[in-house]
Amino acid sequence: MTVYDIAVIGAGPAGLAAAATAAGNGAAVAVIDAAERSGGQYYRHQHGDDGARHHHWRAFTRLRDRLDGVAHLAGHRVWHAEPGEPHVLHCLVGHADERPATVRARRVVLATGAHDRSLPFPGWDLPGVMTAGGAQALWKGQGLPAGNNVVVTGTGPFLLPVATGLAAAGATVHGVFEANRPNRHALPLATDLSRAAEAAGYAAALARHRIPYRTGHAVIAAHGHDRLEEVTVARLDRDWRPVDGTHRTIPCDTLAAGYGFTPQLELAVHLGCELTPGFDGTPVAVVDAAQATTAARVWAAGETCGVGGAILAMTTGALAGHAATDTTPPTGLLRRRTRQRRLAAALAAAWPVRDGWRSWLTDDTLVCRCEEVTYARVREAVADGARDTRGLKLLSRTGMGHCQGRVCGYAAARILGVAEHVNRPLAQPVRLGDLAGLDTHPPQGADT
Amino acid sequence: MNITVDGRAVPAEEGQTIGAALHAAGMRSWRTTRFGGRPRGLFCGIGVCFDCLVTVNGRTSIRACLAPARDGDVITTGAAE
Repeated sequence: MTVYDIAVIGAGPAGLAAAATAAGNGAAVAVIDAAERSGGQYYRHQHGDDGARHHHWRAFTRLRDRLDGVAHLAGHRVWHAEPGEPHVLHCLVGHADERPATVRARRVVLATGAHDRSLPFPGWDLPGVMTAGGAQALWKGQGLPAGNNVVVTGTGPFLLPVATGLAAAGATVHGVFEANRPNRHALPLATDLSRAAEAAGYAAALARHRIPYRTGHAVIAAHGHDRLEEVTVARLDRDWRPVDGTHRTIPCDTLAAGYGFTPQLELAVHLGCELTPGFDGTPVAVVDAAQATTAARVWAAGETCGVGGAILAMTTGALAGHAATDTTPPTGLLRRRTRQRRLAAALAAAWPVRDGWRSWLTDDTLVCRCEEVTYARVREAVADGARDTRGLKLLSRTGMGHCQGRVCGYAAARILGVAEHVNRPLAQPVRLGDLAGLDTHPPQGADT
Repeated sequence: MNITVDGRAVPAEEGQTIGAALHAAGMRSWRTTRFGGRPRGLFCGIGVCFDCLVTVNGRTSIRACLAPARDGDVITTGAAE
């Protein structure tokens, strides 16, 4: 039975930095990752990729070159993390040929990343409407444009690489509709050389592809019969309520919508890590100056402890790698973390989600896509006494379906005015047969 | 290489997901919801939303956006689960 010194969960910028650092300090390290190729969502790439579609690609290849001797457990989806000595990580491997696997490690570094945050709006369940990250994943990972005639909407700088990526992939991008307006909170980002250079690059690419970029606007509805045919765009007031008389429609086959990111915290919760509101109020794992969580022998890095992008992720990953091997980190890393955390806070302040999006919803707008729960039913449940997302789930089935509230959880919590619920005992769907097939109770899952 | 989708041959490339192969073939939806019978396809594209479920070689509820296409895979689309 192999027991690793350190299991790093997630092979994105944070996880790779943690693994490379810990392995460099002499530890026996395994990186567990759901994807077939390392890189996470940020460095999602194709076989033989030259990195032309990526920023900071050299940082990735340099990290990859330092992973000699690290066990890369690709295609492993951790469905439950059981704290102990050692920690036991229950995984599923494969898809149509799915089988269980168990990984044991004395110490764990959580680098589980984040997924797109979605807001509901009329028609968002039509085929052709995608998350911004989904459109980006098709391009970076599969080399495909998400559509031919595309509109991009949401908030945050991430919309820019999505739009320029779609254009590079051959799509016609009819506009980027950014719900927020430029504001003073973005100033620290504008004075950061690396970020400013990146933004200038995107501005040039938007101009080259003649893509209009409109701030204070958003797609507030999508229309079509069995697939997307057009979207309604409106100017928004400060609170994101549509301004009368500013509505217009744009024909398109694809809409990419993204309103920031939600950290994936299921495994942190399994291991007993305390959570706290992150830069934008969304829950993240509590970490100390050494990236240690409140759970014994568990560290966290990257978006797991605050959405801040790839540079912050690589920095906190390296710090976690040092801490998990009881090594003092170089002071340069600490300074970079301080600077990058300040930028992350500025990012959250400059591109918030304002409550006026709720005025975009109609009675029959789905809030929960899986269980097809409409906004009218959500309001009924609230009138019937639902006070938190758990109560809403019991009264209306919101968040009870396949995705376990990952897609609608943020919106449901905002409608209720409470914190998002992140307690999911199973981080991945598990077939009853797989549970029954374990030699013993999950706490001592069998090696395969 | 090829996969079959509801009996129809669809080309797929090495390293491509089943979802990407369907998308490249022009398909934008391949199942309907349980209650409303509404069409669904790729939404999150990264394994979070479960909109893109297909049956692969008889195994139900596979996320098309995650599962790599393998030569000869038999994909069945349609209902929710």
